[in-house]
Amino acid sequence: MGRFKVKKQDTFIDMTPMSDVMVLLLTFFMLTATFVKDEPVKVVAPGSVSEIKIPESNLLTIFVQKNGKVFMNMDSPKSMERLAKEMKKSHGLRLTNEQTKEFIQVPMFGSSKSQLASWLKLESAERNSYLNDNPKAGIPCDSINDELKDWVGAARAACGEDMGIAIKADKNTSYAVIKKVMDSLRSIHENRYNLITALKNEE
Amino acid sequence: MAKTGNSKQKKMNARVDFTPMVDMIMLLVTFFMLCTTLIKPQTMEIAMPSDVETDAQNQTQVAANKAITVLLGGDNTLYYCIGNPTEAPFKKTTYGKDGIRQVLMKQNAEALKKVQELKDKFALEQSSDPETFKKNKEAFQAALKEIKEGKETPSVIIRPSDAATYDNLMSILDEMQICSIGKYVIDKFTPTEQGYIDTVEGGGAAAQ
Repeated sequence: MGRFKVKKQDTFIDMTPMSDVMVLLLTFFMLTATFVKDEPVKVVAPGSVSEIKIPESNLLTIFVQKNGKVFMNMDSPKSMERLAKEMKKSHGLRLTNEQTKEFIQVPMFGSSKSQLASWLKLESAERNSYLNDNPKAGIPCDSINDELKDWVGAARAACGEDMGIAIKADKNTSYAVIKKVMDSLRSIHENRYNLITALKNEE
Repeated sequence: MAKTGNSKQKKMNARVDFTPMVDMIMLLVTFFMLCTTLIKPQTMEIAMPSDVETDAQNQTQVAANKAITVLLGGDNTLYYCIGNPTEAPFKKTTYGKDGIRQVLMKQNAEALKKVQELKDKFALEQSSDPETFKKNKEAFQAALKEIKEGKETPSVIIRPSDAATYDNLMSILDEMQICSIGKYVIDKFTPTEQGYIDTVEGGGAAAQ
């Protein structure tokens, strides 16, 4: 007995190839990662067959929410800083240095110029709920009080001619609101812009 | 050598256990995968007419019999008219494949045929070389633009009413792209247009 010894199997699996592949994948994802930007206001873009991509940098995005509120953001803190400076200089925006620092960090803003300072005082969660729930939120853009014009004009002055403008509007927005935004842009001779859409297949 | 035989060096196991490392990396990969937005949102480029230029000249051109006027009403309704709106009647249609697209395709049949030919031609010239591919693509775009802006293609005037949604506007702009219409303009919706819609609706109700 005991002659035929059961050969002891080596249960050790070589993990090297697996870790090789994993590191490769990790590197790929790390390098291609562009983080999802925090968008406090939910906007569902309509579908379109258009396949043009939006420009990567130097982009001003105007968000239009379903209920007609208008918000804005710029793609980098640097542009935000320049925008704030320009707004202070030519459109009488009043912010302290502290507030400016806060302002360049916000993912999205949208309130009348007079409200901006008090909005910046809030905690970030409160800010978002202000944008979503407060009826006074949003950049005014009607014919009586057209601040959107000032903001876009200032952004153009601050970021130069190659700054792109994109409009991301919710698909259930009434055209009346879009028209107001487009009219504001038209009044400062901004006639080329992108409309952000989601990809949809041709039927 | 001093070490001969009796002091045998112990054979070390050179294998390192990679499992914890793989665990970690898996976690990181998952994190980055979930955080990435690989699909960038699409966009549609649009150039609106400027308010500085006097568009009187353009308007007379568009008013020719080739023009199609499209009115976007509330509740996803859509009306179109081929030719001069004061003479030709407006008809009601729907968004999408069976509605407005049929109309536009019919009006733009010639240009669409050319586009198809162009696509076929360039499909044969597919190249894996990035340089050639880029050149081909540019040539294709240029040719496409020429067709789109040719004499045969109709001009479309889009007049969205305040009741229309942004989605409606995007669908109609999409149709312009699908039907290869290069000349279109978004214009104002005036009470006159509302009058046309009322006529269509009234007429439809009377006929039923």
